[in-house]
Amino acid sequence: MTWPDWRREAYATAVALLVATAIGSVLILAIGQSPARVYATLLAETWGDASGISQVLFKATPLIFTGLAVAVAFHAGLFNIGGEGQTIAGSLATAVMASAMPGAPAVVAVPAAIMAGALAGAAVGALPGFLKAATGSHEVINTIMLNFIVAGVALQLGNSRLFVGGQAHTARIPAAAELPRLGAGGSALNASFLLALVCAGAAWVLLYRSRVGFQWRAAGANSGAAEAGGVRLGRVMVGAMAMSGALAGLVGSNYVLGYKYYFEDGIGRGVGFMGIAVALLGRNHPVGVVVAALVFGTLAQGGFAVSQLVPRELVEVLDAVVILAVICASAEVRRRAARVVRA
Amino acid sequence: MTTLHALLSLAFLAQVMRMAVPYALAAVGGSLSERSGIIDIALEGKLLFGAFGATIGAYYSGSVAVGVLAGVAAGAAVAALYATVVIRFRADQIVAGVAINMLAYGATRYLLEIPFHSTASSPRHAGFGPSLAANPVLWFALVLIAAAGYVMYRTPPGLRLRASGEHPGAVASLGISVARVRWVSVLSAGAYAGLGGAWLSLSQHSFVAEMSRGRGYIALAAVIMGRWNPLLAALACLLFATADAFQVQFATTGSAIPSELLSTLPYALTILVLAGFMWRSRPPAALGKSDDA
Amino acid sequence: MTGAAAATEAGQTPALELQGIDKRFGAVRALDGAGLRVAAGSIHAVVGENGAGKSTLMKVAYGELRADAGTLAIGGRAIDSGRYDPRAAMALGVGMVHQHFTLVPTLTVLENLVLGRETWHGPGIDLATPRARAAELARELGAEVSLDARVVTLSVGERQRVEILRVLFHGARILLLDEPTAVLAPAEVRELFDRLRALAAGGVTVVLVTHKLDEVLAIADRVTVMRRGRVVAELENEELDAEVIARAMVGRPVLVDVERSAGSPGDVALAVRGLSVRGRGARPALDGVDLEVRAGEIVGVAGVEGNGQRELVEVVAGLRAPSAGSVHLGERDVTRARVAARAALGLGHVPEDRHARGLVLDFSVTDNLMLGQERRFTRRGLIDRARAAERARAIIDEYEIRPDDPRATARTLSGGNQQKIVVGRELARDPLSVLVAAQPTRGVDIGAIELIHRRMLRARDTGVAVLLVSSELTELCALADRVVVLYRGRAVAWLDADQLAAADSIETMGELMTGARAEVFA
Repeated sequence: MTWPDWRREAYATAVALLVATAIGSVLILAIGQSPARVYATLLAETWGDASGISQVLFKATPLIFTGLAVAVAFHAGLFNIGGEGQTIAGSLATAVMASAMPGAPAVVAVPAAIMAGALAGAAVGALPGFLKAATGSHEVINTIMLNFIVAGVALQLGNSRLFVGGQAHTARIPAAAELPRLGAGGSALNASFLLALVCAGAAWVLLYRSRVGFQWRAAGANSGAAEAGGVRLGRVMVGAMAMSGALAGLVGSNYVLGYKYYFEDGIGRGVGFMGIAVALLGRNHPVGVVVAALVFGTLAQGGFAVSQLVPRELVEVLDAVVILAVICASAEVRRRAARVVRA
Repeated sequence: MTTLHALLSLAFLAQVMRMAVPYALAAVGGSLSERSGIIDIALEGKLLFGAFGATIGAYYSGSVAVGVLAGVAAGAAVAALYATVVIRFRADQIVAGVAINMLAYGATRYLLEIPFHSTASSPRHAGFGPSLAANPVLWFALVLIAAAGYVMYRTPPGLRLRASGEHPGAVASLGISVARVRWVSVLSAGAYAGLGGAWLSLSQHSFVAEMSRGRGYIALAAVIMGRWNPLLAALACLLFATADAFQVQFATTGSAIPSELLSTLPYALTILVLAGFMWRSRPPAALGKSDDA
Repeated sequence: MTGAAAATEAGQTPALELQGIDKRFGAVRALDGAGLRVAAGSIHAVVGENGAGKSTLMKVAYGELRADAGTLAIGGRAIDSGRYDPRAAMALGVGMVHQHFTLVPTLTVLENLVLGRETWHGPGIDLATPRARAAELARELGAEVSLDARVVTLSVGERQRVEILRVLFHGARILLLDEPTAVLAPAEVRELFDRLRALAAGGVTVVLVTHKLDEVLAIADRVTVMRRGRVVAELENEELDAEVIARAMVGRPVLVDVERSAGSPGDVALAVRGLSVRGRGARPALDGVDLEVRAGEIVGVAGVEGNGQRELVEVVAGLRAPSAGSVHLGERDVTRARVAARAALGLGHVPEDRHARGLVLDFSVTDNLMLGQERRFTRRGLIDRARAAERARAIIDEYEIRPDDPRATARTLSGGNQQKIVVGRELARDPLSVLVAAQPTRGVDIGAIELIHRRMLRARDTGVAVLLVSSELTELCALADRVVVLYRGRAVAWLDADQLAAADSIETMGELMTGARAEVFA
């Protein structure tokens, strides 16, 4: 994008955030609370001290993964709404793989478990990509359907063999497979955060500096021109969805290897959908995704902190409001600019 | 075999019909919107809001009729929001639809909290009686479904609606406002889906969080299966309703297949249907394109 | 010339009059004080290059666009531009036939006719009354039209007839036609003009927008010449002369023919044998076509759009699979090879539709110049941006692409410059042994056309085999060494250099294109 485009997009994003804040205030007032008090508490409990910041980063980590997942797919012209299912698959695979190597040293166990999560996510993501390439069926519905299916399958596997002692979670992973903690004040922030940042960097290189990324973006922007230029569209669909699913699957490293040390039913619920909001707010750019993940991480942690005052669902509502505000602002700004160019 | 016997019993067929109604209403609404060129991913959210609206209406008035009206109104209200985002602002329809659905999931929970102090379900309220045939809302729904088909193919507004989805440029050059045609179709879709949602919560006499459970997306698959013809789409819903009723039946009576897997049946069926039908169904040419008119 | 037109003296109210029209789109001035005075019952042509503002002026006259300044009068009555839109225009008897058809393909002819003016019959739509009226109008117009046929099944010429019928059905007395002959064969153009003359004789006023000078000479009573949003000349029939008009259009003397040397063709570089492609209905789109292009020659493909040219190009490029037959590049059979494999063997493709197939509008000029050839700029999986920038600079300079910023978004460039990107990129391919070019100068202004023609001839002189598909017969005559005519998916005739140079070559090709002459030359 050229510089004026960046300015435009930044302006649109700022407007969107203002609108979202305003709507949030209205919702807070509706339940009889003071927006100022809620926002102040939220900020104090998040960026106010070291442990708060650590928690924000912890909550942001899975959002970086799912945000990147949505963004990468989007550049290739695909909508990955299956983050929920890919996260579950990745988390379960991570836990299973870690537990499958009780004697292995950390240098083997950790990468293996992480890879397992990525591969599981990739498999779940690749299927809709393959279906689209082979039959033309739209990936939006298929990814959503897979969310339900994967949740059911994971639950069944858990109940039948993986969950232990009547609990709704798997056995604890061996100590060797654990990721070290990084945060202050007992925060769950762990090395997965660093992995997320590395992935963001890698995504940037892939999208904007590599030949494969060039072809993916061409396919996403104009599949007819890409095809005429020799790009194999089917491969792009499968490849991009697989990479997208893999990124979502990496969420397992945060929760399973770094926090709970097991897989449980309901782990990571909501991060898949929140990833969509993160990707949009971050304008589908890896750097933007990281920043947006921090914003939403703040909201998530802050929502937890203000749950005395305001139901936690407010955060979910605000996520959706942010998405709507961003796409409206962006479309409006683009439309006004286009009127100038059209001749 | 007792299984087959159970399947062919009148009770089972009635259950299928009961479950088909919300699917069918959503599918018919979706076909109206999509035929005019606007993708309707937000069906799920309209269903959910409709269910919630009906609950509020029925709870505070004690009347089923008020519940129905409230459900329809709620569906239409959500549709109005969707229409503003995709018609007035011309934002991406798929993203907007997903966002509306997210909004529905979160907002209905949030709004449950305020009067009922629970984010899981509402208290019991007025609803349908046990008899299906005696339920006036059923007949009302059937009439509405038939009406949609008639209007689309035999009346001037229907002609304009179909034209808008195929070639909005042509329609605009005749001086017709494509935006207005689409607003009407999207609001109608909201009303239909709202009624479908109302059916859900009035059947259960309460609202349970996330009770639409993906039916809106499945309805969209029915639209594709029915080649965007409202009547065929409604028929296609019988297939999905059967799968739904099937897995409920066996969850209760027990079977070899674990219930968690059984519950995935409607979703797996949807994927198969889409894979099989996509290449045979041609969508309206202008579907999803926000730049025209 | 009609009698009505001869009476365009002061005192005779013009049917349509625009004065001092200004229209801006942001910073671009599309119309600058433009005006038009059309006498009732006359045929008035508006000519100019692409981008001169002709279509914009018509859209203002039809109410599709609102002028920033100026007046509009219909039949002498001033029109309030604040409230003027296509609906109002139709009510006042103004009808427009657009260049890109505005018929809804999935609806029937009758449904298209009533769209926008439907009436109710009881609880449903009334189709009986319009049916009778439409049938009568069709008879008057001398047009054969099946009212219940879905528009998607009609040929291009038939669709245009329906467009005109619709406009008359809505009661138009002033017809605005935007580039009506762009998609017609010479014989169909003649038919259209006969009909227009009949309409004018009956009192209907016809305004014709075109950039084809020979047509203007054939039919117009009066000509308005536009350039860069202004009216630069008004000419009556007696004064009409191709060179005068061309100079007015461009503002300088124009070299219509580019110098061309006789070629020396080498081995067969591209061959197509027995090629067949399935069509939409029962008839195949391509039916057993054989053709060869040698290195160092340009083979032209003539034919009315829809007779198989598009399918031929797509099969050769690798974007479509044939139902029978084979494609060969040199010695290799590439029938099953993918696009990338063919490109590696030296196949270049300038697609017919630059927006759909040629460019990614949201990418920069540099990125677009790499499209389809990324491997050349890739080292260890990463793109070498320095080399890409170097190449962009070279092509921008050689093809005079404006604006010359390699990082500009392709969308911001004019159609002609966008086309130059595509042509420049394909001609810079390495290796390049065969070039398939479809409508390479469509929507490009005269200066750029000269440049593109010169570059294509240079490629041919350096041994590239060129397959040129074009609907501009003059372009084919200027560039091609040999021409094959496609009709209904078959190669019905070949014309060699001598036949092309003959004075009546265009007429001959036109007849072959419409099947009027069914000869097959050796």
